[in-house]
Amino acid sequence: MHQIDPTRTDLIAEFDANPDGPHSHELALVLNRLRIGPLEERYIVVCTKPRQAWAVARMPIERGQPLEFVDGAVFDNADDASRRVFRLRWRAVTGQEVAS
Amino acid sequence: MKKIVGYTNVWSVAPGDTLDVKVSTYGPETYRADLVRVICGDDDPDHGIFREEELAAPFNGDHPGRTQEICGGSWITVPSSPHLAGLSSFTVQTWVFPTTPARGEQGIIAHWDEDAGCGFALIIDENGAAALRIGDGTGSPVVVACDRPLAVRRWHLMAASFDATTGEIALYQQFAGPPFEADSSSSVFDKGAFKPATGALLMAALPTDQARTRQHFNGKLDRPRVTGRVLSCDESGALARDPAAQEREPHLVAAWDFSRDIGSCRVSDTGPNGLHGTTVNLPSRGVKGFNWSGNTQSWQHAPQEYGAIHFHEDDHYDAGWETDFSYTVPQDLASGVYAVRLRAGDDETYTPFFVRPPRGTATAKLAFLASTVTYMAYANYQWHQHEYFSEVTDLSWTPLDRDDVFLHEHPEIGLSTYDTHRDGSGVRFSSRLRPVFNTAPKTSLGGYNLNLDTLVLGWLETCGIACDVITDEDLHHEGASLLERYDAVVTGAHPEYFTTPMWDGLTAYIAGGGRLAYLGGNGFIWRCAMSEEMPGVIELRRAEDGIRYRDEEPGEYYHAFNGEYGGLWRRLGTAPQALVGVGTVAVGFDVSGVYRRRPESFEDRAAFIFEGIGEDETIGDFGYLGGGASGGEIDAADPMLGTPPHTLVVASSEGHSENTLLVPDETGFHHSAMDGAQNPRIKADMTFFETPGGGAVFSTGSIAWSASLPHNGWDNNVARLSENVLRRFLDPEPFTMPE
Repeated sequence: MHQIDPTRTDLIAEFDANPDGPHSHELALVLNRLRIGPLEERYIVVCTKPRQAWAVARMPIERGQPLEFVDGAVFDNADDASRRVFRLRWRAVTGQEVAS
Repeated sequence: MKKIVGYTNVWSVAPGDTLDVKVSTYGPETYRADLVRVICGDDDPDHGIFREEELAAPFNGDHPGRTQEICGGSWITVPSSPHLAGLSSFTVQTWVFPTTPARGEQGIIAHWDEDAGCGFALIIDENGAAALRIGDGTGSPVVVACDRPLAVRRWHLMAASFDATTGEIALYQQFAGPPFEADSSSSVFDKGAFKPATGALLMAALPTDQARTRQHFNGKLDRPRVTGRVLSCDESGALARDPAAQEREPHLVAAWDFSRDIGSCRVSDTGPNGLHGTTVNLPSRGVKGFNWSGNTQSWQHAPQEYGAIHFHEDDHYDAGWETDFSYTVPQDLASGVYAVRLRAGDDETYTPFFVRPPRGTATAKLAFLASTVTYMAYANYQWHQHEYFSEVTDLSWTPLDRDDVFLHEHPEIGLSTYDTHRDGSGVRFSSRLRPVFNTAPKTSLGGYNLNLDTLVLGWLETCGIACDVITDEDLHHEGASLLERYDAVVTGAHPEYFTTPMWDGLTAYIAGGGRLAYLGGNGFIWRCAMSEEMPGVIELRRAEDGIRYRDEEPGEYYHAFNGEYGGLWRRLGTAPQALVGVGTVAVGFDVSGVYRRRPESFEDRAAFIFEGIGEDETIGDFGYLGGGASGGEIDAADPMLGTPPHTLVVASSEGHSENTLLVPDETGFHHSAMDGAQNPRIKADMTFFETPGGGAVFSTGSIAWSASLPHNGWDNNVARLSENVLRRFLDPEPFTMPE
């Protein structure tokens, strides 16, 4: 399993600049590490109004339970929602916060 | 977030046909409906190509809203009978293979009146153990239960009896799993009172007090039987193992044999009273019974070993909603893709349908074959919510939209063949008789569904090539006779799923001199089945291998609908390469590649394809899927798999990424060079070959091809090349086979 180096803020900057990719090999390893985890309690992007509004939510522990929307995580573009998900998952895996 | 959803009872209609539109609203008291022709459904404002045409229709306008419910989950219903209503002493028994015994109370065999509190119900209780509820309507029912839970995915014999002379109740839970596992058998005795119920007998569910069902069972049942006397545990066991129940037991009331009528919803009673039943919501049949030996793999070869039915709480077939309004297709409505556009509050949804020309006629030289069977296979797919590796496949965070959230909150709408049931087993049936969110305009092009195909339709409209729209279901029912009216047939981006009649019909059309332009990728891959008895649904058994999200259950590779072996067409000895020249080699969802001409493209036979295209011109270095024309899922020629020997590979793609990977059926062993950046076999081949009947086949071998058509106002070399092919294919001058 790839170990994320939390000091590699350059990779965070690369993601912020281009959330959809394509990404460098090093960033791709980081993203795969953040994405290969379990479905349960996974932070995700939800488009709540087509082409206008996006939110960040958390998958439930058990299939069929409601999504848990993250307070205040409402955006007018998909990229900002994606950046928020990146930070939440980075924190979950590395234990370290990333500045917004 | 969703305020309105709907569906139509049919997808393919001809002038004079009537379709029923069924709508449910969530909040708004009214909604608006309008008829539209869908010309191009891509509504990305950056693309600027969305086109729909509003048309007059009697139903246009406001309608009262209402919420319509769906009752998901499968079960069996046996109509009321005096033989059940007259029971006194009795024994009820079945083999049971629970897949979620810990998931609360589940009905097994219930002849129970919830209002009156009388009858009996053999159940799995909240502790996961066998239990019997029994009552005479005069007080609280008695519930007796075994003291240990049933083992997950292990066979057991459940049996319960009531002695009317003594009031004694006996309940047995006999473990029949592997002999080296802990024996979980148990039994319990009690006293109670019994008065028969008078309504229907249910299996795999319990009745509600409003004649509906609840507490659906996940798992398999085999040989359910009712006897009009008390059987000992040993007698029940002997009866359960005897396929000739009526010969063994003179007091037999009913003995249902699920190995009969496997392709049907009929449930046959082989006992003396003919208590035949019906399955509801398509549980899985042709599945291994308690006595499966492993010596045979087909239910047709040993039906007595396939006497089980697998029920799921989230099985689904027909939502059965009431009709809001009907629409009779006018005689002068041109063939095309249409939809009822439904709007309520700030929400909008489309219920598409396909208008073919008047039956028995063609109104254009070209037919667009809408991949409605593939649309069904993907209907409402939710694998982002159900597969942990979805994000590392798509290389993105899980992206849900309002439709996805609605499906998440309404599991009763049912699943697709890309999903797993709640008990972890694969979904085998997918229906269009329900709201289908991803077969609609204004949906993601990356869904590889109808909306991506509207780019082909929009392009045909733009370049003035008239076409009729026909569907997979039409081809399934009518075969080559449907196609023979046309000089050429063009596919959409992703004609992945084919029934045998579809395959045979297309083969006969090509052999008879037809011309086929396959403007897609990952086509003609999986065999699936449809039922005459139950229209509007496909069955899929993903046998052996292929790119799939679940393994098919061993021993269950044969479709229940028709007994055909399922899986990849290439595993059936007829690969897509033999039909269209190419077959899928790789998938990748990030960066698409581009095509380069190969030397064969300069042969006279291929000259028409490249008119106006330079010798060194890069083809398709643009597009809405991955930025190139070769991507998503790509196909290549392979003589070993049947690419005709005179096929010209006129162009091949390059520039695929390290995230584009060989499909499992292309490699028997994983290695370190399976990606598009390293493996030379990862490419799309553009192929062309003539047929002895004067016809021809052209293939692009890429799903992303269609998403490159709109580039630069539909003026680009992908569109040019496609138009070159279709113009020639519509020219009656026969193609000639090369020397």
